[in-house]
Amino acid sequence: MSITTVSSTAVSSPKRVATNSAFITFDDVVFGYGNGRLILDGVSFSIPRGKVTALMGASGGGKTTVLRVIAGQVTPQRGRVLFDGIPVNSHDQTSLYALRRRMGILFQHGALFGDLTVFENVAFPLREQTDLPDALVRDIVLMKLGAVGLRGAHDLKPSEISGGMARRVALARAIALDPDVVMYDEPFAGLDPISLGTAARLIRDLNDALGLTSIIVSHDLVETFRIADQVVVLANGKIAAQGTPQQVKESTDPLVHQFVNALPDGPVKFHYPGATVEQDFGSGIKPSGHITGTAP
Amino acid sequence: MSWYKPANLGFATRSKLAGYGYSGRMFWRLLTMVGPTFRRFSLVRDQIHFLGNYSLAIIGVSGLFVGFVLGLQGYYTLQRYGSSEALGLLVALGLVRELGPVVTALLFAGRAGTALTAEIGMMKSDEVLAYMEVTAIDPLQRVLAPRFWAGVICMPLLAAVFSAVGVIGGYIVGVLMIGVDSGSFWSQMQGGVDVWSDVGNGIIKSFVFGLAVTFIALLQGYEAEPTPEGVSRATTRTVVIASLTVLGLDFMLTALMFSI
Repeated sequence: MSITTVSSTAVSSPKRVATNSAFITFDDVVFGYGNGRLILDGVSFSIPRGKVTALMGASGGGKTTVLRVIAGQVTPQRGRVLFDGIPVNSHDQTSLYALRRRMGILFQHGALFGDLTVFENVAFPLREQTDLPDALVRDIVLMKLGAVGLRGAHDLKPSEISGGMARRVALARAIALDPDVVMYDEPFAGLDPISLGTAARLIRDLNDALGLTSIIVSHDLVETFRIADQVVVLANGKIAAQGTPQQVKESTDPLVHQFVNALPDGPVKFHYPGATVEQDFGSGIKPSGHITGTAP
Repeated sequence: MSWYKPANLGFATRSKLAGYGYSGRMFWRLLTMVGPTFRRFSLVRDQIHFLGNYSLAIIGVSGLFVGFVLGLQGYYTLQRYGSSEALGLLVALGLVRELGPVVTALLFAGRAGTALTAEIGMMKSDEVLAYMEVTAIDPLQRVLAPRFWAGVICMPLLAAVFSAVGVIGGYIVGVLMIGVDSGSFWSQMQGGVDVWSDVGNGIIKSFVFGLAVTFIALLQGYEAEPTPEGVSRATTRTVVIASLTVLGLDFMLTALMFSI
């Protein structure tokens, strides 16, 4: 059964229409962890409803922090974040939990419960958040597992499935409650090419079939550019580039150019700052090639 | 860190106080979650099985050997004063009032406490707790509270098993091996052990130790650095902090119980 066919059977909620209206808005958001360094430094952008938005950039650039801010796990020092027009306020637990019920998330390694079966993992949010009868929970779980091609694996434990399958189970769990937004934190990390392609296609297909708004944090340029409608490149706490994948590829910003072309040296230096080569090895060593200036 | 600098000292003090405040608030939340937790008793039942049943072997064997030693040491001391028939009373009082709750709590910290810390720490490192937070499922209520109350329930029950097996151990050594009169052994015990002031005090101690040890184990797991090294350090901290807390609390509770 093809992914597209299965995806269409997974639609258990009215299809939401993709528009260009902003579903999530960052307005001059400033956030740091208290060590003086700002992770997000006056960031403003919006995530359109019904589209796949990719957050990219070098490690430590603040991509995962954006997801944490959206989920209200951390509070910006300045600025505001709107989720469907509602301010995300981490100090008001009731309203925050009401917003979080509209979110699904997929973590890098799946974050599955190791002592529960695949079926029970997907049923977990349904049993925790709803009072649905067992028969209905069973049908929904099998439907969601069918959408990711793992209906036949429902009896297995997470330790009995591959990393790629675990990621798909986590995806089924993320869409179990038909959320408005699904956030993917490094969904492609550590996957073989087949699993990677499958995961990417599932994210795109499910987004379109279920009318979701998807946010992907990823370093995989090829797959992410293939499925994203919008790409936001974060660097040094600010937005370095924003637009369609094609627009980002054609960006003249040196940092974006380095990132998109996977160059080892550029605005992000290859060598960690330190003593010069002369200082470490003596004046007899002549610096050559790209080993200039400083020693590793 | 330079401790002589007032700013560093102030920062360290403030961080410590913030840590105590956070722990206190978490402890209070776990206490107030008793209602919702017991409404989903199946979660507590599973944890009682995990924490209690799986600790039975070590508790039982330890209780038996502690009873053996009490029987030997007790007889050695009592026979000097010609009162070896009071061996049953000595063994029972020693176990019910003191050794039962304390040794059980120490063993529980080593067996079940470390398992709890490692389990919660791994859940944190695998981002399971973060997943729950983001999807509006309170990890404190769903994961920590059932384990906390299961630990509190298990501790007095395990202490009772420890004391009962210990008494049997004392009987085996004192009566069956050394030859103390069986009737004296049991009748002295029956006449000298008071249900409320002796057994009751032991149960209160176990209950308090259950609160302390389980909470410390859960807190260390919940606050563990989400790395293999962080989880292993948290597991070690659980044993050290829980053991010292049990011994300190034991002294305070004993002093309190003797004074009233």
